[in-house]
Amino acid sequence: MDEPDSFATQRRLSEPAGPTGPEDNAGTDRRRWSRQERAQAQIVPQERLQGPIPWVIAIMVGLMVIAAAGALALRNTGRAATSDLAGGITVQIVEARPEVRARLAERAALVLREQPGVSDVELVPQGELDALVEPWLGQDAPEIEDSAGGSAYAGLPVPALIDARLAGPADPARLAALRAVLQREVPAARVDAQSTWLTPVFGAIESLTWLALALIVLLGLATGAAVLLAARTALGNNRGTIEIVHLLGGTDAQIAQIFQRSTAIDAAGGSIAGFAAAWIVVVLLGRTFGALQAGLVTGGALGWSDWAVLALIPVGAVALATLTARWTVMRALKGML
Amino acid sequence: MTAAAGGEIVQFDNVGLRYESSREVLSDVSFTLYPGSFYFLTGASGAGKTSLLRLLYLAQRPSRGVVRMFGTDTITLPRDRLPLLRRRLGVVFQDFRLVPHLSAFDNVALPLRVAGVAESELAQPVRDMLEWVGLADRMAARPATLSGGEQQRVAIARAVIGRPQLLVADEPTGNVDPEMAVKLLRLFEAMNRLGTTVVVATHDAHLLRQVPDSLIMRLDRGRLSDPTGALRYPPRRAVGPL
Repeated sequence: MDEPDSFATQRRLSEPAGPTGPEDNAGTDRRRWSRQERAQAQIVPQERLQGPIPWVIAIMVGLMVIAAAGALALRNTGRAATSDLAGGITVQIVEARPEVRARLAERAALVLREQPGVSDVELVPQGELDALVEPWLGQDAPEIEDSAGGSAYAGLPVPALIDARLAGPADPARLAALRAVLQREVPAARVDAQSTWLTPVFGAIESLTWLALALIVLLGLATGAAVLLAARTALGNNRGTIEIVHLLGGTDAQIAQIFQRSTAIDAAGGSIAGFAAAWIVVVLLGRTFGALQAGLVTGGALGWSDWAVLALIPVGAVALATLTARWTVMRALKGML
Repeated sequence: MTAAAGGEIVQFDNVGLRYESSREVLSDVSFTLYPGSFYFLTGASGAGKTSLLRLLYLAQRPSRGVVRMFGTDTITLPRDRLPLLRRRLGVVFQDFRLVPHLSAFDNVALPLRVAGVAESELAQPVRDMLEWVGLADRMAARPATLSGGEQQRVAIARAVIGRPQLLVADEPTGNVDPEMAVKLLRLFEAMNRLGTTVVVATHDAHLLRQVPDSLIMRLDRGRLSDPTGALRYPPRRAVGPL
């Protein structure tokens, strides 16, 4: 039997033959793979977007994006509130007699204005104070007996309030200095940093932010575990083919590349779907909370930079899935000679 | 027959192989394969032929002894260097081991693709090879639709497409009729004339007589015998172009 027509002139795979010779193959496997990726990827059956992995990744990415959006919104809320309240102080004038209280409040405001580094001193109008307490006390406050003079006057003795802003953080030392000054002039004055009132709220926001981050990490781990199981299953299903490619001289990197590519395509499809669904959810939630018109809540609106961060999640999921698949396959191949 | 002009293709020295804790399936196997030679590996079922072939096509490392292939000690060779050695081999498996979801064409093209041969360069050789084994009209067929004999011919075409330096065939004519068996043997001879060292495992005595210049290795319960002394003292023969 004669050799086939092109056989006599065909170069041996084992002959060194310049840049395309087989001795050069190991070093150029990666480059050649990119040229022949399509043909070689068919070595293992490609069941893209048909198995459970795209859907698992879609769900994981969706949940991660929603959790991350929540974390970013909480962070924004905290920052907005902190920014609003930083350096803000409130001075209360606790005096039952309205006339005296008004006079002391004027005096305290005057003292504050004279202090260096204190600005925006504003005596909160009585009408505004009444409006603040109205939801709890109603419009018809009971009459109170004046124990000193025996005369009666309407309404509860709501303290007079003065808002002011310090040219820096309202730290304990500055508050103590202001208290000392006011104590001399207006003994009924009480000075508090505005941020103090919201400290428990900030603590809760920070806790929720960490909780969201922990959820993202857990979901990422779950995604990795799902991909690992899927890659192992795919390896098991294609073990015979992989052994053949292995015995024909296929390198671990070549075989891993096939699975990587397949997983990357699955993960990309799932990630896009998951991100799109999460985007709709986040936008709808944002509109719902925005409609509340509550200062603390609207401060949590997501900006472009936040969306850019969220967009990194599907990218990260694809990278995580691809690397997990590669690691799984490479590890399994190490068990073969 | 063969002159050892190009050095040894394969050298086994006191090789033993056992699977896990079982007894040795190969014991004290020593032989040398020279370039351009044609060997038959014979022996009864269970004698260790397939195990010896597994060592030859680098699917297995021995439990003891030394195996050198193409001048390289395969025992100490790092695992990531083995693919380059494997690309110098052609293997016909007893069970064919065709990739089920690939066509006959793609199965034959597989070694070339693995070796990084460009698509434009591999199409014609693959077509010629399939034509040579009489499967020109079955190129697009998947293994499941091929008969046993056709699958075997695809497996042989896949093994020789890369013009290996060493061709290892495990019962390559077991599933074909006598006429096709002789035809395939002629194909191996043609490969051999081109310089490929051929090792064919068979228990078909009729086949041995078809290649009069061949050397015979006989395995008996894991031990290699050299009935003609040809392994120790190979006759000289002109080597074809490598």
